[in-house]
Amino acid sequence: MFRIAEKKDLAEGLTLMRVEAPNVARRAAAGQFIIFRVDDEGERVPLTIADANREKGLITIIFQQVGASTMKLGALNVGDCIRDFAGPLGRASELDDFKRVCVIGGGCGCAIAYPQAKYLHSRGAEVDIIAGFRTKELVFFEDEMKAVSSNYYLMTDDGSAGEHGLVTNKLTELIESGRQYDAVIAIGPVPMMKFVCLATKPHGIKTIVSLNPIMVDGTGMCGACRVTVGGKTRFACVDGPDFDGHEVDFDELIRRNVIYREEEAAARDHVCNLRKEAEHLG
Amino acid sequence: MANMSLEKVKMREQDPIVRARNFDEVTLGYSAEEAVEEATRCLGCKNSPCVSGCPVGVKIPNFIQKLVSGDFSGAIDTINETNALPAVCGRVCPQESQCESKCVRGIKGEPVAIGRLERFAADWARENRKSAQAVAAKSNGIKVAVVGGGPAGLTCAGDLVSMGYDVTLFEAFHVAGGVLVYGIPEFRLPKAIVRHEIETLERRGMKIVTNFIVGRTMTIDEMFADGFKAVFVGSGAGLPRFMGIPGESLSGVYSANEFLTRINLMGAYRSETDTPLKKVKKVAVVGGGNVAMDAARCALRVGAEKVYIVYRRGMDEMPARVEEIHHAEQEGVEFKLLHNPVEILADERGAVRGAVLAEMELGEPDESGRRSPVDSGRRTEIELDCVIMALGTSPNPLIASTTDSLSTNRRGCLEVDDDLMTSRPGVFAGGDTVTGAATVILAMGAGKRAAEAMDRYIKSL
Repeated sequence: MFRIAEKKDLAEGLTLMRVEAPNVARRAAAGQFIIFRVDDEGERVPLTIADANREKGLITIIFQQVGASTMKLGALNVGDCIRDFAGPLGRASELDDFKRVCVIGGGCGCAIAYPQAKYLHSRGAEVDIIAGFRTKELVFFEDEMKAVSSNYYLMTDDGSAGEHGLVTNKLTELIESGRQYDAVIAIGPVPMMKFVCLATKPHGIKTIVSLNPIMVDGTGMCGACRVTVGGKTRFACVDGPDFDGHEVDFDELIRRNVIYREEEAAARDHVCNLRKEAEHLG
Repeated sequence: MANMSLEKVKMREQDPIVRARNFDEVTLGYSAEEAVEEATRCLGCKNSPCVSGCPVGVKIPNFIQKLVSGDFSGAIDTINETNALPAVCGRVCPQESQCESKCVRGIKGEPVAIGRLERFAADWARENRKSAQAVAAKSNGIKVAVVGGGPAGLTCAGDLVSMGYDVTLFEAFHVAGGVLVYGIPEFRLPKAIVRHEIETLERRGMKIVTNFIVGRTMTIDEMFADGFKAVFVGSGAGLPRFMGIPGESLSGVYSANEFLTRINLMGAYRSETDTPLKKVKKVAVVGGGNVAMDAARCALRVGAEKVYIVYRRGMDEMPARVEEIHHAEQEGVEFKLLHNPVEILADERGAVRGAVLAEMELGEPDESGRRSPVDSGRRTEIELDCVIMALGTSPNPLIASTTDSLSTNRRGCLEVDDDLMTSRPGVFAGGDTVTGAATVILAMGAGKRAAEAMDRYIKSL
């Protein structure tokens, strides 16, 4: 059992938790993920590690309450325990060669982009961050991201905070204005990563994406997370989750990620109904 | 005078039509009377040829004679001397190619039903003497680690505990058992039985740490630094193979591992669980091994109307156990032999709608001695909404890639010497991670041999 030491709401439906998991914290590195299971009937769900505190044995996770499992997780409070919490899984990001990097986060993906930027910044790299959100209420980690970057660009789809537009608009603008990057790191919704890669490809800028396919075990056993990279089948859980974005078949990933959409919707409604009933009784 | 019946005492089974729609155990086991009757068929041969056919050397005639005299408790004690998981072995071992293949009674008629008798003894013990057994072994305080909670690891850990070692078993999943819990379905091996066997090992002193991925959570090098004197790697052959044909990434195409894990480990067929499973109607399982049979029979049980086994060779070449093939046929699985998928077809939503199959012919024998399938050039198309690839698995590369100086062969299997020690002193390995995908009992045999070798190694330090 893994105790929740801290819980914070970052934005609407977006929750941060620090979990006591010393075994995971000891070797966790940027880019790696954990698999959690809320309770005995829970599914195994991967979440990227947002931060690790080795001394205190804490792992930070940030998640959007979008499905039954993340809603059940979000319903837990400080002092409650998560049934299972395994990791660190996947390969750590390989960032050491980069000196000038643009880190792009989309929505909840900013939670994962942050540790990458933090690591690069700590190694003396020059980091620009482009953070994109749908609207002002969803913005989080503004101060944290500013602290680990030379330039922080906030973009919103509706212009309610920062600049009006998409992260790709800003990226293209920066590249065309002559900004030089060794690499672009893009983490967010699959379509966003796809369009970032399309934007960087003509300029030949190495682009790393962190993929989030459906997983069951997370240790290479089930193959549910298979993605086509450079024409080859790779497993995101053991070969990734980071891949060269210019090689990834994003359209296939988009199709595979909605395989369980109907089942997920039914499960989510079920949890929502239970909550409503509980509120009604309470 | 032995019972000279040429046939085994029949074991009762659930009716095929009923059982194809539930997850309860298919075979129902012997009653005490049936067990004793079957036990009297054993001639008690002095040279015990059956024992030579058992990878863990169960003293077969001895335990059977105890059953004959009604000493069921003595029978299970005899089995437990060499086998830590008898309720599992009695159910899933291929006895027909091991102990029973050597039985003298099999020369004329059926061999003694050794597997069923082993199962009876284990089940009897589980039901009748819960509290008495499993006293903690006396510890010598020497720490050893076992990586992987499958059949190899559990057997190795059990034997090391008996020798007095302080054993910690590290399991990547949330529950130990390996293929016994994620692969083999409930209706062949009830999970409560696996749980019971593991709990027995824990009561004897084995510690289990779940959610611990050796290679990631901790490396083997760090384990030695942490005070472990020897490490056994039984991490299995978990990586599923795919065919590399068009359409394999469509929604509705699974590895057998994924399909079975969702159902067996995650319980997706029970409404209380959160793990989703797509409703399937027309299913093709590609492959001819036991895993293919398990996947096909699971597909029926989660509601499929039509389930095919698509296998590129003929029935005689099929690697699955005869009993499994027979059970699958009884339950209504249709065998499309000498067929091989060459393309999986998509509907407009990117989900499986069918497959193109190549019709195959048998050519010259290949290196496995079986006649190899050759594409005839003819094609047929079948309508499907689910394709399950049961083509075999390769060893998980995680440990080899994160441990200094562990050598592997070209198939990715760990290389070991006659003592099952890897190229790295103090690191032993056995089971599928060394052999590639094989059987539960071979993995258990390796775990047993490794435990003995680790004991010798530690004493020589």
